[in-house]
Amino acid sequence: MPKRGNAPIQGELLQGTLDLLILKTLALGPAHGHTIAYAIEHRSEDVLQVEHGSLYPALHRIEDRGWISSFWGTSENNRRARYYRLTPEGRKQLTEQTNRWDEIVKAINRVLRPA
Amino acid sequence: MSIKRFLHRSRWDDERARELDAHLAIEIDENIARGMSPSDARDAARRKLGNTTLIREEIYRMSTIGFVETLIQDLRYGGRRLLRLNPGFAAVAILSLALGVGANATMFQLLNALRIRTLPVARPEQLVEVRIAGDNLNRSGSFEGRHAVLTNPLWERIRDRQEAFSSVFAWASPVFDLSAGGESRPVDGLWVSGDFFTTLEVSPMLGRVLTSADDRRGCASPPAVISYGFWQREYGGSASALGRTLTLDGNPFEIVGITAPGFFGVEIGRHFDVAVPLCAEQISRGLHSYLDANDGWFLAAIGRLKPGWTIEKASAHLRAISPPMFKETLAKYRPEDEKSYLDFRLGAIPAGTGVSNLREYERPLWLLLATTALVLLIACANLANLMLARATAREREIAVRLALGASRIRIARQMLAESVLIAVAGAGVGAVLAQWLSRVLVASLATQNDRVFLEVAGDWRVFWFIAMLAAATCLLFGLLPAIRATATAPGDAMKAGSRGTTDTRQRFGLRRILVVVQVALSLVLVVGALLFVRTLRNLTTVDAGFTKSDLLVAVLNFRRAGIPDVRIAAAHANLLERLRHQPGMEDTAKVRNVPITGSFSNRELVIGGVTRPESVNFNWISDRYFRTMSAPLLAGRDFSDRDTATSQPVAIVTESFARVFFDGQNPLGKTFQIDEAPGTPRPVYEIVGLARDAKYNDVRDPFEPLVYVPATQNEPPGSTLRLVVRSRLPLAQATSTITALAREVHPSIVVEFRTMQSQLNDSLMRERLMATLSGFFGALAALIATVGLYGVMSYMVARRRNEIGIRMALGADRREVVGMVMREAGRLLGAGVLVGLVASIVAARAASTLLFDLSPGDPLTLLTAAASLGAVAIVASYLPALRASRLEPTEALRDE
Repeated sequence: MPKRGNAPIQGELLQGTLDLLILKTLALGPAHGHTIAYAIEHRSEDVLQVEHGSLYPALHRIEDRGWISSFWGTSENNRRARYYRLTPEGRKQLTEQTNRWDEIVKAINRVLRPA
Repeated sequence: MSIKRFLHRSRWDDERARELDAHLAIEIDENIARGMSPSDARDAARRKLGNTTLIREEIYRMSTIGFVETLIQDLRYGGRRLLRLNPGFAAVAILSLALGVGANATMFQLLNALRIRTLPVARPEQLVEVRIAGDNLNRSGSFEGRHAVLTNPLWERIRDRQEAFSSVFAWASPVFDLSAGGESRPVDGLWVSGDFFTTLEVSPMLGRVLTSADDRRGCASPPAVISYGFWQREYGGSASALGRTLTLDGNPFEIVGITAPGFFGVEIGRHFDVAVPLCAEQISRGLHSYLDANDGWFLAAIGRLKPGWTIEKASAHLRAISPPMFKETLAKYRPEDEKSYLDFRLGAIPAGTGVSNLREYERPLWLLLATTALVLLIACANLANLMLARATAREREIAVRLALGASRIRIARQMLAESVLIAVAGAGVGAVLAQWLSRVLVASLATQNDRVFLEVAGDWRVFWFIAMLAAATCLLFGLLPAIRATATAPGDAMKAGSRGTTDTRQRFGLRRILVVVQVALSLVLVVGALLFVRTLRNLTTVDAGFTKSDLLVAVLNFRRAGIPDVRIAAAHANLLERLRHQPGMEDTAKVRNVPITGSFSNRELVIGGVTRPESVNFNWISDRYFRTMSAPLLAGRDFSDRDTATSQPVAIVTESFARVFFDGQNPLGKTFQIDEAPGTPRPVYEIVGLARDAKYNDVRDPFEPLVYVPATQNEPPGSTLRLVVRSRLPLAQATSTITALAREVHPSIVVEFRTMQSQLNDSLMRERLMATLSGFFGALAALIATVGLYGVMSYMVARRRNEIGIRMALGADRREVVGMVMREAGRLLGAGVLVGLVASIVAARAASTLLFDLSPGDPLTLLTAAASLGAVAIVASYLPALRASRLEPTEALRDE
């Protein structure tokens, strides 16, 4: 049965937006991959569906850049899981990229809705 | 992507797998919590996450460089296949390539050292040699040394008048004697003009080098500079060598400097030991000095071009200043010689690679390089054939992989990887082999009196040469099978049963062509080998006109005995007489120019009042020379002590002389004169004896007219006594007898020995080198080609099992089966031999100047080569034929 409201957006997130969303989620505290995916879906009110398959390559990529770091911990239901946390460099990136995102949104809006 | 992560990518992969498992576990827990059954929960979680292997692969690829990764995989896979599945194949392949590459690299290394590498001095490209322009110059006079290019009077004028060079020097390479008497201790010397070291910009390692201040005409006690090697050898590298006194030819020289280890002079293949100023030539040679001799050729000159001057400009300049120089330095010549002397013009040639008389080996080396290239080509063809066979055997495997979606390029690359491994391993082993082989070869070029130092250490040129060889061979034998193997449509290969429909005529045709090429090329090499082996045989067994065995040559130098010129002949005669009375000496005679040593004299004759244009060989001998040489006179009488300076001049001539000058009539009693320069008396010689023809200058020369005159009449002066001694005594005993006698006569007499046989062997070094190496390469090529033919025939028999089984079931007997296989082999062999014969005749022309008493297209050689190669090849293909005939028809058919 189709959901009410906006149809979920899947697999067509703008390049780089998934990275931004992951950084933002981790700004609230360390989390493992499963939590990150559900947090994004939850906070977007199920509009943004994170493809689990592309989540892990993204995490790997961001970690490679040194914006997040990882460690093994125990999940809420007592399972070993790999946790990610934001590094100082990642925090800086989050601010920068959020600002940039705002600029892009403003710019696109200026095009779509001329005053 | 960090290198660390690249190196640890498999550990990383494990981490990811665990992480994804954890993700699934959490998702399943939550699904169960939502009320799903455990199996539904697992399925849903898996669906949601997707293909974990793909995710891991995606991450894995991020941590790696795709090309390098697959390349490493391919190489590892290839290495495993080679070593585990086919170690025998790998060993044969690598060994045959190593021999091919090693032989090529050796030849190249020698050529590089001899011809290509520049002198180890500053800016060698600016160095040019000054010499008389043109080839086959008709120069007259006395020649000494390996580079007798200029006379001292000419050199002094060049030095004073040239404007092309910032500086210029002359040098000669005499052999000095370190000993005080008895057995000689030769060292390689240099006479250098003042600017030798400054022009080359060579600075001393210790002390100082020679300068123009040291080289003043009439210098009384000139200094000496020694080489690093001599310093190490003679003085153990002690600094106290500086200031010590060195005795060269009995004269003292003070050591003032030592050159750096890398500097060997300007002559490639030689290392100088001691360098002294050119003015010291007069001290060594005394009255026989060449410094003022207009016809004493012993020097060579090299200059450093001024900035902005080219070799052409320098040549033109030297040409322009030539005429007055030659006019001023005219010696007493015969009119024709005077004319050609006045026509001489100087020119310049590049000297950056130094000078070398070892360059007589250049042509043989290029020829050997071509030979080794052929060997490598045959080895490549053989490997290509083997790889093709392996590819055919793997056809179905490859077809399956293609059908499963492997890309053609990847499979071709995988097959090529094996070839790369073989080529690299082969080239590596070959490079090591070349280091050893080239040292052995250089060592074998040296003879007792001719030390050779050729620096054959590998440099970047050799490295690139080997790398290029490896790449080229790899492409040659690897690419074709790799392309072929993947060119078949997978469906066809899968469908094809054990009979192999893909084994089309065309593909099999390629393998046949490869075998034909191998046979043809190896025939060329076998023909070459036979030609050189027969040349050497012809030369060693050639009738020299005398008996070579048990013949000893003794050279006694009286220079330091202080005997005046007028009494030297008497001293010689005295020593000769006493030697003849020693026990065990059968016969002893004096001779001015010992045959086949390369030293000779010639004169122009006037016969019956007519001046003959050709030069005629002359030699001065004592009595009993012909008995000593075991070459009895054909007619007339030997010289005797009644032939003196005041008696009638007499001569003994050879058969060739009689034929050329007297139409073969008996020459006894006939007369001739020597065509001396105007103003010199021309005595009339009467021919008193007729001798057999004999080799003189070089054993390779045909018999030429030769005149013997008595050493007791009109012999040009000289302090050296050369003796031929026939003795049955052991060599050591004979030499010690002579040395002891010489010491009795005068303690400062220096004696040198060699046997006529070793003399001959040394003079045939080039031929021996060619015969040994080409023989080895020819045998190697024949072996590889035979293995190739054997492989193809075995393969053909295996492929046609069915057909042969049917034939036998239908009543063909064993003989017919053998005949069928042998006919096939015969066709391949025949085609190869035919192509090879034509190629041999063409190729042998390139070697014609290196042959002796053989034509390049010698039918006997061609026939022998074809027959022996054919015989070996037929034996090799008889084995598979025999195997075919032993097939059990029922078994062969059941295999279907």
